[in-house]
Amino acid sequence: MIPPGATQGASWRRLSPRMLLVHPVREVGQAIPALFGLLVAGRAMGDGQLWWLAPLAVLAVIVLSVLRWVTTTYRITPEQVQLRTGLLQRKMISTPADRVRSVDVTASALHRVLGLAKVEIGTGGHEAGKGLSLDSLTVAEAAGLRAELLHRSAATTPDTAGAGEAPATGAANRPNLGSVRGTPEMPGSDMASWDRAGLDWTENAASGAASAGQPPAPAEQESELVRMDPRWVRFAPFTMSGVLGAAAILGLGSRLLDQSGVDATDVGPIRGGLAYLQRTPIWLDVLQGLLALVVFVTVLSIGGYALMYWGFRLTRHPGGTLHVTRGLLTTRAISIEERRLRGLELAEPLLLRVVHAARLGGITTGLRSKGGADGASSLLLPPAPAGVALEVATQILRDRTPLEVPLTAHGPAARQRRFTRALMGALFLVVAAGLAVWSGAPPWLAVAALLTIPLAVLLAADRYRSLGHAMAGRFLVTQAGSLFRRRDVLECDGIIGWNLRQSFFQRRAGLATLTATTAAGRQQYAVTDLPLPLAVSLGNRAVPGLLDEFLVPLPAR
Amino acid sequence: MQLRDPAHLVSPRAIAYWTVRVVPLWIVLLAGELIWWWSARDHRALRGTLLAVTVLLAAVDLIVMPRWRYRVHRWEVTSTAVYTQSGWLVQERRIAPLSRVQTVDTERGPLEQLFRLANVTVTTASAAGPLRIHGLDRAVAEALVAELTEVTSRSLGDAT
Repeated sequence: MIPPGATQGASWRRLSPRMLLVHPVREVGQAIPALFGLLVAGRAMGDGQLWWLAPLAVLAVIVLSVLRWVTTTYRITPEQVQLRTGLLQRKMISTPADRVRSVDVTASALHRVLGLAKVEIGTGGHEAGKGLSLDSLTVAEAAGLRAELLHRSAATTPDTAGAGEAPATGAANRPNLGSVRGTPEMPGSDMASWDRAGLDWTENAASGAASAGQPPAPAEQESELVRMDPRWVRFAPFTMSGVLGAAAILGLGSRLLDQSGVDATDVGPIRGGLAYLQRTPIWLDVLQGLLALVVFVTVLSIGGYALMYWGFRLTRHPGGTLHVTRGLLTTRAISIEERRLRGLELAEPLLLRVVHAARLGGITTGLRSKGGADGASSLLLPPAPAGVALEVATQILRDRTPLEVPLTAHGPAARQRRFTRALMGALFLVVAAGLAVWSGAPPWLAVAALLTIPLAVLLAADRYRSLGHAMAGRFLVTQAGSLFRRRDVLECDGIIGWNLRQSFFQRRAGLATLTATTAAGRQQYAVTDLPLPLAVSLGNRAVPGLLDEFLVPLPAR
Repeated sequence: MQLRDPAHLVSPRAIAYWTVRVVPLWIVLLAGELIWWWSARDHRALRGTLLAVTVLLAAVDLIVMPRWRYRVHRWEVTSTAVYTQSGWLVQERRIAPLSRVQTVDTERGPLEQLFRLANVTVTTASAAGPLRIHGLDRAVAEALVAELTEVTSRSLGDAT
């Protein structure tokens, strides 16, 4: 059904015909295991009669792709974004254009070879991942579409001067961009430069919009906030990504071994290695094992960092959007509307703090950050020098105070709670180790457990030092954690409620955890373990008026 | 200044409801341990301690918890905000401005229907902050939902 009032305006457009090359390759790739299985099965049955199934399957995939190309059309009217798909079961997805919250352009290596990109239009809200996906458009179309959708509001405002200048600035930008493209900024990064040329939405936006007969976009004078310095790769080993990658690879390897039914000790190199380990003293084994692990994890993390963040670039468009471009093989271009940006998360895990680095994530309505800032689409700066992070954060917020404001400490009761909790953990380990030694485990276990006590003390001290909150202008700032320290800067306007939580022990200590709920980012940002009166006054200051009706004077003592 | 309690208590029938709700769990646990008690021969001290601890915890959960909860669980709706308080060992107060309320639901489970109770859930645009009022008298819950629906339909915007 076409809603009334949406029929005039744009005509239906098709995906790029070059997608016919992407889909079969990918789907045949996915089908290879099945085809292989079919082949083996056919051979095993001994009658080789099934060989014709393979070309038939390939043919079917190609036919399906063509059908998909024929049946998939989309259009953008002033009110609606509409996508029609399906041959037998026709489906039409419509989204109000003003609900579009993000337009992500992703291009895998295959897409890039063909000059294509996949466009995902997110509408945010609670139905995350239910947006529209256009796979694939040409790079120019994708960039044009993106500009069209994102700067609709900017384009409709009577910014005559900007609109008039658009072609001129577009042309003026061209040689500029060309020179940037040609400059060997990053040694050996032809690929990255090529990608930037391809995905640079600014220039293509202007030309794409003009060629499509759309109203000209306003002056495309985006300013670059930060660009990845290849030297930042040195921070990669200090993130958890390598460890996680190693764990994943080892897990996958063991599963493969397990499923293929091969005994690990039968594999030549592993058997050789085990034999070697048995010949050498144990301390040497441990040392070599650790060294190998460190090298393995380092290589993985550097590779991961480069794959994810190579060519990372954060730019601001005067229309009110931030743009992130990144990726080595698969490139991603992500845009965040600044009016949906409710704040920042400055993550400084212990390891990154050691090398004076930090990472930035955005607190954005409609982009749910999943877990850490790594890999989440709200990433605004990969691990980078702390000074750069501070500078970028200042530029994004247009305010330096939230990041530098001295935090209010939460007092002796909160400090005691940090120590109690850390020492309880250590004590548990000591008791467990003691029981183990008592029942026959080697005594070094107890020594190791005892060593966790000073570590716990250090951890608790650092956790207390990190703990704090502040009000800085229109932002609520809260910081906590040691191993994964994070400073959250949340715009008070984005706070849509308070949860004030007190466990039994917190009540005895006179503490409370004040959580600001919000529609953005993690959905909740907590100020942990602060004295109850302070919690109430902080809540009152951050969202004036909300608590008024529920406040009473303290009882006179 | 300090934050006062919300104005209204929930229905006194909630005490019975909270008690009955946890009875099956304790029956299953105690039955299992009694079977072990009668069937096993060794581990006498272990069986005894376990049984005693279970009986003690059951007593707390069946006698103390519902009454404690009843004293904590409170709610209030003003012209501008919803304010709830819940829990017993861990207590939580939640406040949301009416202008940010997105949906108001009421729900009655079978057991709640038996006690003529209902609970009301008020959600905001944040996934973290639904305000739940458990153990309301059914008539009170219906009046509350009607009032909240009326108030929130008047406010504009997408409440984010």
